[in-house]
Amino acid sequence: MLSLNGIGKRFGGLTALEGISFNVGKGSITGIIGPNGAGKTTLFNVATGIYPPSSGAVLLEGKDISKLPPEGRARLGLVRTFQNIELFGKMTVLENVMVGLHTQSRSGLFACSFRMPWQMSEERRIRERAMELLDFVCIPDLAGVQAGTLSFGKGRLLEIARAMALEPKILLMDEPAAGLNSSETAELAELIKRIRDLGVTVALVEHDMDLVMDICDQLVVLNLGTMLAEGTPRQIQDNPAVITAYLGEE
Amino acid sequence: MKSDRIKFLVFALVVLLVPLPLSGGYLTNVLIFVGINSVLALGLNLLLGYAGQISLGQAAFFGLGAYGSGVLTTAYGVNPWLAMVAVALCVALFAFAIGFPVLRLKGHYLAMATLGVGVIVNIALNETVELTGGPSGLSGIPNLTIGSLTFDSDLKNYYLVWVFALGMILLSLNLVNSRFGRGLRAIHDSEVAARVMGVNARLMKVQVFTLSAFMSAIMGSLYCHVMTFISPNSFGFHFSVELLTMIVIGGLGSVYGSILGALLLTLLPEMLRTFQDYDIIVYGLLLITMTIYLPGGLVEGIPALLRRLVPARKVTEGSDA
Repeated sequence: MLSLNGIGKRFGGLTALEGISFNVGKGSITGIIGPNGAGKTTLFNVATGIYPPSSGAVLLEGKDISKLPPEGRARLGLVRTFQNIELFGKMTVLENVMVGLHTQSRSGLFACSFRMPWQMSEERRIRERAMELLDFVCIPDLAGVQAGTLSFGKGRLLEIARAMALEPKILLMDEPAAGLNSSETAELAELIKRIRDLGVTVALVEHDMDLVMDICDQLVVLNLGTMLAEGTPRQIQDNPAVITAYLGEE
Repeated sequence: MKSDRIKFLVFALVVLLVPLPLSGGYLTNVLIFVGINSVLALGLNLLLGYAGQISLGQAAFFGLGAYGSGVLTTAYGVNPWLAMVAVALCVALFAFAIGFPVLRLKGHYLAMATLGVGVIVNIALNETVELTGGPSGLSGIPNLTIGSLTFDSDLKNYYLVWVFALGMILLSLNLVNSRFGRGLRAIHDSEVAARVMGVNARLMKVQVFTLSAFMSAIMGSLYCHVMTFISPNSFGFHFSVELLTMIVIGGLGSVYGSILGALLLTLLPEMLRTFQDYDIIVYGLLLITMTIYLPGGLVEGIPALLRRLVPARKVTEGSDA
């Protein structure tokens, strides 16, 4: 589904990533873990086009997308959520999801200002679809609330609904459990499994090891900008290099 | 949706009935300019209040519209309606072309670049004397006509301008409550997130910039035919700041706020003639006071004030208004 081939990223003299290569298998949940500063979020930013890579290529279903801007990658089905939740705070919850449906609709400046009949029916379709997505993440009752007033946990759910609106082929989640309490994290785990069951490939950066071990089929471990290990959760748990990186030498 | 329609119909009705008791007096004349300024403020509000992109050069597009129509109809005898459409399209094209480089800039840099566009256009209007008449202005511009009807009185011009204004207000209301309007507000709130959601931010910013230039140019054409005399002074930096003050006072990100701001800032100087030379200071103070104490503008401030002053039960009846 998503392949990273020899990704490197330098900021001036600082090498943030070097020689990262792995595949995210179609239909899987892949976890990317590693200690703080390992380069996990940078890797996400390179994969989604926020930064260009210094070397290497990003391939989506075999197609090189390294040169595409974020909106171009979103149109191809590569969608992300943010660690610190990037919602449209002054808009309502429903409107946030409707922005997510931007790529699923086409009405432009003229159709919108003159209220063309097709624009009106498209608008109705978007609104209904947005409500379905709020149902999917279990916050339909918050539809009319201003997004900036949501709690962190609800904001996270909204961000996921908005990302799902793009009908992603692959969803990249940057620390989805950050800032959530344990019951919210358990709900999140269920939600991520339901997303996978819809046929969406999921890749997530996460610190919460219980969550990662519970839901991931495959793990990639980063340390200091390089790949340390790759394998199933069980293999990773027993990998001596990983244990050393996390706990230090004995 | 339905209440929006009713609100607009009530507003349109008020606009159409207001001049009847005034019987074409001085106030009618002032209200013509309220109509023109409303659309100019609205155009800027779509850009700044919705998309979050500042422009300090809006007066330039207004001026290009006025001078385009003025020159074409006086020197070349072009049909005024044809000139209006042709000039508005050219101004829109101009805005579209400069929009791509200019709107890549953000914040202060964008303000400086648009300010520069405004200043350059104003200098051009002053210096191309053989075409525009330079600082002494351009006179003898004909009134608009439809068949045997000539728009030569304040009352006729009032309806001429406000029919255009109401049309553009309606289209803007449609626009802001649509896919396009949501895209603009998303760019305003978080451009990175909007782009990750597949919103083509760069193009949409240029589109709304072009739209605001188009609206301003149409109003410029109407202005020159209503006034029959124009001079570059009316289209300078001073007027761009006045437009900015209108929307900050009325309410950023509100269609009706633009109109309220235009109404207040057009009526006020007429009433406070003694301030004339110092009005830029008054605008400055108003801008500062509003951004500190009432960032939502009067459209948010007045209902909030009412809620404080009027006992609770009365407000629940009137809160929908």
